[in-house]
Amino acid sequence: MSAARLDVWIFVEHLRGVVAGHTYELLGKGREIAGTLGGHLTAVLIGNQVQTLAPTLGAADSVLCVEDERVAEFTPTGYAAVLRALVEQGAPRLILFGATSMGIDLASLLASTLGFPLIVNCKEIAIEDGQVIATSQMCGGKLLCEAEASGESVVLTVVPGVFPTQKGISDHAPTVESPSLPALLEDVRVRVTRLIEPEPGDIDITKVPILVAVGRGIQRKENLPVAEDLARLLGGTICSSRPVVDQGWLPVSRQVGKSGMTVKPKLYLALGISGAPEHLEGMKEAELIIAVNLDPKAPIFDIADYGAVVDLFELLPPLAAEAEKRRAVR
Amino acid sequence: MNIAVLLNMVPDLVEELEIDASGVALDTQWLRYVLSESDDHALEQALLLKDRRGARVIVLALDRGDADEAMYAALARGADEAIKLSGIPEQGLGKRATATLFKEVLREVPTDLVLSGVQAIDDMDGHVPGLLAGLLSLPYVGVTRSVDVAGEGKVVVHKEYPGGLVAEMEVDLPAVIGVLSAPQPPRYVPVARIRETKKTRAIAERQAPPVDVQAGVLVRRLLKPEPAERAEMLNGSPEDLARQIVTILEDRGLLR
Repeated sequence: MSAARLDVWIFVEHLRGVVAGHTYELLGKGREIAGTLGGHLTAVLIGNQVQTLAPTLGAADSVLCVEDERVAEFTPTGYAAVLRALVEQGAPRLILFGATSMGIDLASLLASTLGFPLIVNCKEIAIEDGQVIATSQMCGGKLLCEAEASGESVVLTVVPGVFPTQKGISDHAPTVESPSLPALLEDVRVRVTRLIEPEPGDIDITKVPILVAVGRGIQRKENLPVAEDLARLLGGTICSSRPVVDQGWLPVSRQVGKSGMTVKPKLYLALGISGAPEHLEGMKEAELIIAVNLDPKAPIFDIADYGAVVDLFELLPPLAAEAEKRRAVR
Repeated sequence: MNIAVLLNMVPDLVEELEIDASGVALDTQWLRYVLSESDDHALEQALLLKDRRGARVIVLALDRGDADEAMYAALARGADEAIKLSGIPEQGLGKRATATLFKEVLREVPTDLVLSGVQAIDDMDGHVPGLLAGLLSLPYVGVTRSVDVAGEGKVVVHKEYPGGLVAEMEVDLPAVIGVLSAPQPPRYVPVARIRETKKTRAIAERQAPPVDVQAGVLVRRLLKPEPAERAEMLNGSPEDLARQIVTILEDRGLLR
């Protein structure tokens, strides 16, 4: 029998020379799990000329750094090929990815090609009697699934924002190892042709202190002006959750959440937004969150400061009138 | 070009979710299933490719909930063929088993491109398209917002990153793509046309092949999240609520 696998690996997500914030969340949690297992914590860094990022990964014991111009840009198939070769050599117990655009692609490919168990969207991870126990967030945050993974190596994706960043930051200088690139890369069949910036010209909602956000509850594009009017009255701007942008009612520059913007306004007034985890990820740091929804069990109320269960179309006219009246008095 | 679209039926979140007596599964008695939202977009993406570039679109679904309804709607929207896999356990299958099943069926369905929603709300032991690509050793890109043909044997996809940044990637066919959204909202078809489709078109049915799947993931229990702290709930008529909200804004100096 092979030696027991004890090490924890973290995939370091970076874009344009900057390590993603959630990587430090994973490093912090990984540190704790590696301690429980009695193994090492390894940060896996793939890219071209990325070794300069290694010193920021001091929470790990070591950094596995693979540099090559063929992996200068992320491709799911290319990075998965590199990871697969590294994992086969290094034999980690646990491999953690952020539940992000890059992470979910890689985790699926890696687990599938190597036959490792995979648990996605984890909010908690524990080791019990040597077994990996993870709690997966399902059904838009309405359900949690506690699951046990068997197998020598386990792949997990972790919901960003669940674990504290601070525990993943350290002044310690990690050992850097630079293994050679596997030959597998010749057969990637995916190439990055360019990176496209978000369209300029529209407003930058990350810089707006007052945001009135609309979700599915707005029902129709024709209903947007009533929310826009309120936003204007409050000196703010309108933004939305993903479904509104998918319908083409607002441009992508107004989308808050996982694949949209992360905002930290002074006020986030959420109208008809149920609060899917992907949306909460982008706005939960707002200073004041007021949520309006018809469903008293909507997850948005779990993170809002104030909530009201009311039809937004019945609330908005008196709300606008009241705001105008009080402003006039002042 | 042959495009296979994998349609997955997922619990309708409009309904209250109940955990059954076993504690490890949802109570299916009251459960309604709807087409997974990103699969709806994957279908739209396939139909757009058909409209613009010419393609044959085949939809595949496991027999669960109202899969027939979703498949007839897909045919009415423009899909050319629908194949339903029957003999699925009532509790459904995990995503690992689902991906393995689709892999087996796709052996007999010649396909250049497989499109499926990048993730579904009931994913726990993986996401179907990424797992499938790994099983088939095909190139894969997930979290796309557009897919187009880019010359012979290639597609070009736009993959979303946070903050609105997009990576354009060229992918050699055959390939699997995990769709987040189509470039336009899923097209609407009137109920009358779906009803008409039911009379004139047929869904092919195949017995799901046996799959031996060791996903290595065992559900210990399902639970409903207990929020640590909840919002302070405001009560009253819309006018009362409006006054309270404006007072909160005023107190925080947010009314200018």
